[in-house]
Amino acid sequence: MSRLLARPRSAGPLFIAPFMVLFLLLFLAPLGYAAYLSLFQEKLVGGTSFVGLDNYLAAVKDPQLREGVVRVATFFVIQVPVMLLLALLFALALDSGLLRLAKVIRLGIFVPYAVPSVVATLMWGYLYGPDFGPFAQLSDKLSLPAPHFLTDSWMLGSLANIVTWEFVGYNMIILYAALRTIPTELYEAAALDGAGSWRIAWSIKIPALRPALTLTLLFSVIGSFQLFNEPSLLMKIVPDVIDSSYTANLYAYTLAFTSQQINYAAAVSFLLGLVIVVISYAFLLTANRRRPA
Amino acid sequence: MTTTTPPASNVVPTSDKAPEATGNGKRRGRPSRRRSTPLTIAMLAVLAYFLLPLVWLLIASTKSTQGLINSFGLWFDDAPQLLTNIRDTFTQDDGVFLHWLLNTLLYAGVSAVGAALLAAAAGYGFAKFRFRGNGAAFNLVLGAVMVPATALAIPTYLLFAKVGLVNTPWAIILPSLVSPFGLYLMRVYAQDAVPDSILEAARMDGAGEFRIFFLIVLRLLAPGLVTVLLFTLVATWNNYFLPLIMLNDSSLYPITLGLSSWAAQAQNGGAGASSDMLALVVTGSMISVIPLVVAFLMLQRYWQSGLATGGVKQ
Repeated sequence: MSRLLARPRSAGPLFIAPFMVLFLLLFLAPLGYAAYLSLFQEKLVGGTSFVGLDNYLAAVKDPQLREGVVRVATFFVIQVPVMLLLALLFALALDSGLLRLAKVIRLGIFVPYAVPSVVATLMWGYLYGPDFGPFAQLSDKLSLPAPHFLTDSWMLGSLANIVTWEFVGYNMIILYAALRTIPTELYEAAALDGAGSWRIAWSIKIPALRPALTLTLLFSVIGSFQLFNEPSLLMKIVPDVIDSSYTANLYAYTLAFTSQQINYAAAVSFLLGLVIVVISYAFLLTANRRRPA
Repeated sequence: MTTTTPPASNVVPTSDKAPEATGNGKRRGRPSRRRSTPLTIAMLAVLAYFLLPLVWLLIASTKSTQGLINSFGLWFDDAPQLLTNIRDTFTQDDGVFLHWLLNTLLYAGVSAVGAALLAAAAGYGFAKFRFRGNGAAFNLVLGAVMVPATALAIPTYLLFAKVGLVNTPWAIILPSLVSPFGLYLMRVYAQDAVPDSILEAARMDGAGEFRIFFLIVLRLLAPGLVTVLLFTLVATWNNYFLPLIMLNDSSLYPITLGLSSWAAQAQNGGAGASSDMLALVVTGSMISVIPLVVAFLMLQRYWQSGLATGGVKQ
């Protein structure tokens, strides 16, 4: 202790060491090991052999992987803007001070975040159900055709609804928390200049939310590209609509655990991770460049 | 911006303008703002959408499997049997549900406390000490924020299979201990929340670095710490993918994996013993949701301020 006291700065690495050791073992080591495995191929005859980047070349050409990536990208392009726009609107409404019961509304919208995605999917799966789901029951009572939530053409929308339900509140809270840190003097000055609520929201609040919006968007990129739980659980209800390569991640899982193609699965996971990191960085760079200095 | 300035209402005696600017940060106290009924009604409709599945779950957990199929989903059955369902849920398969609940508690609890402490120590180390490699190490970890957990899960499985950690509790806990975003959040938080003057004073008094950390710094970091703790708790509690690939033994399952295995039985059911599974899946889901919702509601003051820090500074 006395040595540390004499040179307090030398304690820095000691605080960091436990985290960094685990980070190396549990983050970099698995990635390194997967990268290593991805360079080999197991053949029925001749055992395991080094094949260089063959697995990656195969992955790029793999139609099932491409199908999954395209579907996830479609999902991302549709679901994320809707979710973030809703989160932004709700956060602005909460921050406007115009709401009664604001606290109840805020926590109520956030609550789904604390619900496990397994439970969320089971619940929505039952609600969507064509037999005893309440929507089907209602339309039956009104002699209307039941909504086909779980059919091929509706499925992506039904999944988007589940994910939106789960995460709007989380994003809303991040945005709302950021709104609360804007100094109220700014509103005061703007109001004195004759700016109304909408004008204040547009010219002061939304620009001030830029870092928070970047953060939520970044998490949404990462989140949508790993879409797995919801489709894999709904697959059990409607196996003919969702197949084992419905999303990229589901496909990687199938490769590793159903068809036991470990080396190829390693290449696919590695490639997917790489794609997401590249997209995220590209996105961050553009977001930072556009930000006024 | 947290220093006190006199409330604007004292400065501007008339209340004709700027009703939003009554306080500085303490906006709960601003009384003058008129409320909007249309906006409130619109937001209550929004709230109804978010609560609908949970209301359904609550109602559904009072029904038998037959009642679930035959009665209207959003209203109670003639013979509510919540207690029977709860008892059946806990006694099914020799009480395996309680086992799953305890497993979840263990995995999520250990991971959350461990991840929060590791992130707090490292975040403090990065924020308050200058040493060689500081910047490089931090950027390395920050880059990892982008690596999606599921893309890492299969590689982790392959490595764990190699070293024999698969199908043990460690397979769930160890990967959950490292939270790059938690580290980032704690570093940002420590920069502001831990004043250098306090550290200097404590060092002058002869306190050792670890004593300072555990007695002073951790307390100052509390809101950030609770945020990381709570969000790791949720991530681990709700984790499905990692346990799915790591665990074979159903006595090691967390609740998510257990419920999905029951749901699969209910799906294939109708025959024999599994015909009552539907009610158990619903009641089990309802029970599994309660702890986290309660934790969030009770600790909201902490995690909301912690999140604000992460969202504002980048």
